[in-house]
Amino acid sequence: MTTIPTAVEAKSIVKAFGQGAVAIKALDNVSIEIKQGEFFTLLGPSGCGKTTLLRLIAGFDTPTSGKILLNGDDITHLPPNKRPVNTVFQSYALFPHLTVAENIGFGLQMQGRPKAEVTESVARMLALVQLEPMANRKTSQLSGGQQQRVALARALAPTPKVLLLDEPLSALDLKLRKEMQIELKRLQQETGITFVFVTHDQEEALTMSDRIAVMSAGHVQQIGTPRDIYTRPANRFVASFIGETNFLSGQSDGTSVTLANGARLPMSAPQGRVNLTIRPEQLRVVPLGTEGAMPAHVASTVYFGTDTHLHLHLEGGIDIVARQQSPAQGGEAMKEGTPVGVLFAEGALLALED
Amino acid sequence: MSAETDAETRKTRNAWLLSTPALVLLLFAASGPLLIVLTYSFLAPGEYGNVVWDFDLRGWISILYTKDIFDGTYHLADAHLSIFWRSVKLSLMTTAVTFAIGFPTAWFIATRPPAQRAFWLFLITIPFWTNLLIRTVAINEVIRNEGLLNTFLIWLGVIAEPIRIIYTDTAVLIGMAYVYLPLMVLPLYAAIDRFDMRLLEAGYDLYASRGQVLRRVILPIVKPGIVAGSILVFVPSLGAYVTPRVLGGGKNMMIGNFIELQFGQGRNWPLGAALSMTLLCVVMVALLIYVRAANKGDNQNG
Repeated sequence: MTTIPTAVEAKSIVKAFGQGAVAIKALDNVSIEIKQGEFFTLLGPSGCGKTTLLRLIAGFDTPTSGKILLNGDDITHLPPNKRPVNTVFQSYALFPHLTVAENIGFGLQMQGRPKAEVTESVARMLALVQLEPMANRKTSQLSGGQQQRVALARALAPTPKVLLLDEPLSALDLKLRKEMQIELKRLQQETGITFVFVTHDQEEALTMSDRIAVMSAGHVQQIGTPRDIYTRPANRFVASFIGETNFLSGQSDGTSVTLANGARLPMSAPQGRVNLTIRPEQLRVVPLGTEGAMPAHVASTVYFGTDTHLHLHLEGGIDIVARQQSPAQGGEAMKEGTPVGVLFAEGALLALED
Repeated sequence: MSAETDAETRKTRNAWLLSTPALVLLLFAASGPLLIVLTYSFLAPGEYGNVVWDFDLRGWISILYTKDIFDGTYHLADAHLSIFWRSVKLSLMTTAVTFAIGFPTAWFIATRPPAQRAFWLFLITIPFWTNLLIRTVAINEVIRNEGLLNTFLIWLGVIAEPIRIIYTDTAVLIGMAYVYLPLMVLPLYAAIDRFDMRLLEAGYDLYASRGQVLRRVILPIVKPGIVAGSILVFVPSLGAYVTPRVLGGGKNMMIGNFIELQFGQGRNWPLGAALSMTLLCVVMVALLIYVRAANKGDNQNG
């Protein structure tokens, strides 16, 4: 396995806003390494520091301490116009006085590229985002999705080393957002440029990213592939933020845990009280009395189309949610109060750090 | 159908009836005096002012030419030309000075927290609440030979002799720039307030230096405000009367003073009327440029 060189490296970044005692640390000792050609996502709730980190990489702010490296060079104090890094803004920030083509060519012009090269690059970018017929329109005459494409083309035109995307899809409606997700992934693969994508939408992060950094309260909670993060969340925050999950607590003796309803499940965990999690799709609802199944009854059902969520009451005051495929046409949904049995899929129960 | 048409007709008629007072006022109060001035410009001057009701083009001719009192031939009127030139030059300079001071001021106000902006705008508009003549005399007090500025500079030891500013074009320029500054700041503020500051970051991000962001992003987008401010300063500067009178002395006349002279001591009402109409035409041209620039700005924004 060849090692892929690092594109962006954030080293022990601290960013505090305000002075002295009232200072708020938006980023607290954050270190991240992003590989070249990677689709890297910073995921977290609003206020977690993900946009702050993006702005530090772009150069709009400087960190209180720590370093930002680009391809190994220290760029911590380089102004944004000297960094080979471009940004797609959440608000697009297209220039209203320029046409689509002029917007796309702006960066190249500012770099002082020859006119012929600018024209040629702009044409290539227009083709890439499929906006050739709009070249001479004002940006205000475009739809949201088209403006989004112009913003992308404008940021990609100067072929930056790294493209930063600050929640670029949040202003689009669901259908357009799905289209743009595929489009973004295609552009990233075609250009081979490193993408650093900021979002609070966990589904978006899971479908698009090569790797995800989950952030919360100025800290990186976990970095890993989407599969890692979903199946092996490092802590309670990650488990609850990515997808839906059930939390349980149990008593561990080292080789097995005992739940509140008295069920004893084999798993290795440090001795004592442990926090456990299991995804709703890892629960199997079976007829009462099935071997090994824990007795429960249905508290309520919520219909989601393809899936139905069953809220279950177990003995010992345990409430959990199971996800099932909705019954086929004519099938009957389970009624409230129905007694059932619950099985945990093997290896699906995880012990969490606090 | 017919009921609808009736309602429509009634609505139109009522609209006209309601606007009649305004229309009558506009017709007589605005156009009336203009028509009188226009008529006077084609009449002969009376001996003690007023006009004699004979058709005469001398009012218009003497804008540019003077009749030689000895041989009766016409020459280009150098004195008149220098007054025109001074008026245009000083008005343009006033516009430039107010822009140079007004743009950073407007930017400063527009970038304050919203709660503070009203206070700064209030400060800008305070001079409006004072009589123009008093403000101009106050400037006189500052720049005259024994005034605040010279006394202070001599006290500092920067100069030994007072610098003579009063009764020069510079004095008129300082006075007009002071008087008309708010007219530049307010439209600039309105334009900058609407400016999306996120575009600055977009500019920097796309390799533009600070200067390039100013020239390629900020100035083109706030252009309607710049044009509006420039017109609002240029037009009244061109017709200024009080400021050049008080600060320019009798010699450094501008068109406004020259017109007044014709209706006063000059006793040449037709020339005064013709000059007034000329001034009006220049202002109309300036406004036309403004309207065109403003329309262009509108198209750009949607």
